[in-house]
Amino acid sequence: MADWVWSNVVVALLLMGTGGVVFYARRSRMWTETFSDLWRRRRFAVLVIGFYVLVALLDSVAWVGGMDQGEDTVARYEAQSILDRLFAGSQERSYSAPFADVEFYGGAPLTHPGAHILGTDLIGRDVLYLSLKGARVALLIGGLTSLLAIPLALLFGISAGYFGGRIDDVVFFVMSTLASMPGLLLLIALIMVLGKSTVAVCFALAITGWVGFCRVVRGETFKLRELEYVSAARALGVSEFGIIVRHILPNLMHLVIITFVLMFSGLVLSEAILSWLGIGVDGSWGQMIDQARNELSRDPIVWWNIVSAGLALFGLILAVNFVGDALRDTLDPRTLRETE
Amino acid sequence: MTALLEVKGLTARFPGPGEGLPIVDGVDFHIDSGEVLALVGESGCGKSMTALSLMRLLPKPGRIASGRVRLGDEEVLSMSVNAMRRVRGHRMAMIFQEPMTSLNPVVRVGKQVMEAIRLHEDVSRSAARLRSLELFSEVGIPDPEARLDAYPHQLSGGLKQRVMIAMALSTRPELLIADEPTTALDVTIQAQIVRLLRDLQRDRGMSILLITHDLGVVNELSDRVAVMYAGRIVETGSRQDIFKRPRHPYTRGLLRSNPALAVPGERLPEIQGVVPSPVEWPQGCRFSTRCSEVFEPCRIDVPQTTNLGEGHRCDCHGVTSSTNSGDGA
Repeated sequence: MADWVWSNVVVALLLMGTGGVVFYARRSRMWTETFSDLWRRRRFAVLVIGFYVLVALLDSVAWVGGMDQGEDTVARYEAQSILDRLFAGSQERSYSAPFADVEFYGGAPLTHPGAHILGTDLIGRDVLYLSLKGARVALLIGGLTSLLAIPLALLFGISAGYFGGRIDDVVFFVMSTLASMPGLLLLIALIMVLGKSTVAVCFALAITGWVGFCRVVRGETFKLRELEYVSAARALGVSEFGIIVRHILPNLMHLVIITFVLMFSGLVLSEAILSWLGIGVDGSWGQMIDQARNELSRDPIVWWNIVSAGLALFGLILAVNFVGDALRDTLDPRTLRETE
Repeated sequence: MTALLEVKGLTARFPGPGEGLPIVDGVDFHIDSGEVLALVGESGCGKSMTALSLMRLLPKPGRIASGRVRLGDEEVLSMSVNAMRRVRGHRMAMIFQEPMTSLNPVVRVGKQVMEAIRLHEDVSRSAARLRSLELFSEVGIPDPEARLDAYPHQLSGGLKQRVMIAMALSTRPELLIADEPTTALDVTIQAQIVRLLRDLQRDRGMSILLITHDLGVVNELSDRVAVMYAGRIVETGSRQDIFKRPRHPYTRGLLRSNPALAVPGERLPEIQGVVPSPVEWPQGCRFSTRCSEVFEPCRIDVPQTTNLGEGHRCDCHGVTSSTNSGDGA
């Protein structure tokens, strides 16, 4: 099946999943309280993240055809997202500064004078359009990689910490081995092997990224399994699996949330580094920054590419960190403030 | 009356020289149904390890080396892991010393009690909640409805211990093992918890193995007492026997050093010396290094159990020789 069909399916599943989670969470006082608290304290950050998610969704729902492509015969058979359609035909044949009325560097005259709020890039693409396109890539990298790395770290960390002995030795050996390789080189090697697709990059980032969190989980589990409520649960006849699910895992949730947030922003940033090395994901902000790097030496200076991409990146990461911080304050009962 | 729990020659070892250190060394006792047995002794004498051995929850690297534990008509030590899990909480429940850390801090207490119920019984969520509510009022938690939704950190130590008791009672166990249930609480709360345990025991007719070093609690709650020293039970008997007619020098020392019996203005009598650590346990009678009535055989042979009648038993060379000579005369 074509990529765009999958993308639509994923969007549908995500929306359904979110609906389900909201439906379930509405009945749980803890989550409604958490969210109302978050909303009260970090409204702006939540809205910013919401905006990024919306843009990413607009960029994910795609279908073929339905547009007048003019002479362009290739685009006729390519799927285009809602976002693509909104910015259709905004291609220029020259550089232009934000809100420019005239062309830059002697290209052809502008087709849409003054319409490029953030200007255009070297090959005449609208910078606003590119910056918005980057949101989907960033969320995909941050989200997918965390979704791969965190369960991996939890699985290995909890089994090592809880069961100890042989299992712990094996897990620790794997962790030490991974940690002893230079991260960037390992990343590059993995991407060379796996290919340069978005999923492959996520995979590579996950494989190099789970070790740190795994170590934290292992240590925390060591601590938790000695606590009296775990002995009490055992004395009540709870199975090992039950203890892990009901007593260990919930007490790691605040770590999961903090890690998810830090990892998310860290991953979006490391993708930028990968792009700088030329092995990033197509259409990411990192790639935009990489391409705009050389433009900084032009005269007059071309600043709008790098600033747009940088601000888009900065905005997302700042908002995510704010929200993560607030979530930690609310969800960790050890820092629980009296809300009632 | 048949014994609900019968423990014979229970030995638990931790890694050490030779076969390992016998932290619990050949312990024998039994608990009848509806009876409260107090297991008394100084810190480190193996009380808690005995209790954990009964539940087969001995912390690693400890292991049960030998002995038999019979609960009802089942042999606990030879049960499969799954069968054991059904016994825990269902037939034998345990409450711990530290109510502060015995509840999961991120789960509402009501939910924790409900889970304990649903673990052993196939009941619906709402039925379990109703049962938890009943249990909460039964253990004297004020405003139980609201307390069900509280997090552990919102409750006081006494309330937490009540929640622990409610949880332990949730499946109507035949035997409740209370490991120093009052030690971490302040005195007024201790009295309340002791009264609560006594009332619950009477109402439900369950057996309690009470582990404590607080003789006041023992006097208030127990039917029979077992005194433990350095991994062995040195004297067993009814409460009256132990408190009124103690025979073992260690028991007598313990009772003498009870602050409640102190004469004002006089120095509180104490047992000389400290409990020897398991690596330096003496040969023969383990109390011989601190005993004021020690004589030659004490340092050589392990004392035999002397039956003093009506379940009063004592492991002491002094008692053995005096009883024998008494018989002879």
